[in-house]
Amino acid sequence: MSTLALAVRDSNTMLRRNLLHARRYPSLTLNLLLTPIMLLLLFVYIFGDVMSAGIGGSDRSDYVAYIVPGILMMTIGGTVIGTAVSVSTDMNEGIIARFRTMAIHRGSVLIGHVIGSLMQCLASVVLVGAVAIAIGFRSTDATPLEWLAALGLLALFSLALIWIAVGMGMASPNAEAAANSAQPLILLPLISSAFIPADTMPGWFQPIAEYQPFTPAIETLRGLLLGTEIGNNWWIAILWCVALAVLGYRWSTASFNRDPK
Amino acid sequence: MTSTTTHSLAIAAKGLHKAYGDKTVLDGIDLAVPAGTVFSLLGPNGAGKTTAVKILSTLITADAGDLHVGGHDLAVAPQAVRAAIGVTGQFSAVDGLITGEENMLLMADLHHLSRSEGRRTAAELLERFDLVEAAKKPASSYSGGMKRRLDLAMTLVGGPRIIFLDEPTTGLDPRSRHNMWQIIRELVSDGVTVFLTTQYLEEADELADRIAVLNDGKIAAEGTADELKRLIPGGHVRLRFTDPAAYQSAAVALREVTRDDEALALTVPSGGSQRELRSILDWLDSAGIEADELTVHTPDLDDVFFALTGSTDTADVPAQSKETVR
Repeated sequence: MSTLALAVRDSNTMLRRNLLHARRYPSLTLNLLLTPIMLLLLFVYIFGDVMSAGIGGSDRSDYVAYIVPGILMMTIGGTVIGTAVSVSTDMNEGIIARFRTMAIHRGSVLIGHVIGSLMQCLASVVLVGAVAIAIGFRSTDATPLEWLAALGLLALFSLALIWIAVGMGMASPNAEAAANSAQPLILLPLISSAFIPADTMPGWFQPIAEYQPFTPAIETLRGLLLGTEIGNNWWIAILWCVALAVLGYRWSTASFNRDPK
Repeated sequence: MTSTTTHSLAIAAKGLHKAYGDKTVLDGIDLAVPAGTVFSLLGPNGAGKTTAVKILSTLITADAGDLHVGGHDLAVAPQAVRAAIGVTGQFSAVDGLITGEENMLLMADLHHLSRSEGRRTAAELLERFDLVEAAKKPASSYSGGMKRRLDLAMTLVGGPRIIFLDEPTTGLDPRSRHNMWQIIRELVSDGVTVFLTTQYLEEADELADRIAVLNDGKIAAEGTADELKRLIPGGHVRLRFTDPAAYQSAAVALREVTRDDEALALTVPSGGSQRELRSILDWLDSAGIEADELTVHTPDLDDVFFALTGSTDTADVPAQSKETVR
């Protein structure tokens, strides 16, 4: 079997194993979905009128439109906490030692996790998106091409955060530590343009808010779905995604290839 | 090394060395395991047994040593080694979140068996290891013995010719242990090479063709069980008394004995043959000594083990060749 065929076949086997875990024990994934959905409902129904006034809108329906792109990105940040936890749990299992002594594609264990997580991220985004539509979110002017680009952006952003989360999972001694180290991934959106525009934040803080990975991604998604100004955000977002993905990939594979304890 | 010896040896190690920081775990050990035999690495906890298995099964790398498994150089072709071996580690290597059957099918997929072949192999092994009833339950719900059986069943999916078993019976109850021994014997009769580590002397004695005693990172002795037993002085007869006065007078009458005042026991050197035993009994009769308990102790691996490893901890090591004569 060629190396590529071996990689595809073994990764597919590992993917099925991870999906089986996710299907058998969905509570982790579902719990992680609660935070973005709760924040969405909280900010729309409780804070919505004030928030809407803050962004110069007329009522809370304007704020629904504003907040949803950020909530979708936050959903990805939350879902990948599950990735970090399951990678860390997995690495402490004896079965990983077994995999290491088998003539299988070396990277398939991690690739299985990454693709499984990507599918979970996209499923979570669709679920949260459905909640958003149910409470009145509508894309104003997205063409099919823009929808496709939006989907691509969500997938790319997911991939970047997943590789980082895999690295965090590999580096954590146990599931609790993994959950803690991945926590910033769901908190970062709070200091992005997800809930309020970055230019309404204190001046000294604006550069941090504007250039952290979430803001350019959120602004690009907003632009694609709602027709707001994207500016240079699209390439900053892509740059961030590629950089994070490469960094996470190198970190994860280096950890995996090290001798286990 | 000539090519013929490389081929006849399933596992060959020369100068295997491994250290963690400044702590040397394996200090240049040599191993040679002919194909189709059972080799047992025997040693107390912390002797380096597991480290040796981890290295030879490609899980971790050695610091130094010329290592061949299945004719392949570990440093050059680890993937070829992996294709030849199966490993059942000390800690259960099953996926607890999925069922026993799913674990088996996972192994079949990773060995690239076709769907039907995978199903057949999984079903056969589940049957052979008495796991059919539990097949649809998550492996995390299995008992220790069942997990160990599933673990070994998973190892056998690819039909490995060389199997590493790291303390396969540690923590098992006596019945499960005997089951596991039976399974290992069956493997051997199929011509598989087994590399077994154990801290149970009885186990090495039962199963292994050759035994190496590992102590403190070095091979303290190597040979067949009989060869090892011959390394240490012969056996003895132990006389135990309940009456201190009888003990005292016996100790005075029999001068060539070793005294154990606390246990009120005397040890008389003896090879354990019928003739020697009769002469001791005659001698006791003529001296008018009547011990409350007489045990014949022939040298066993325990003695070898303790003599070689300098340990006196007998806590979980059952002595084997004692017969009580009342």
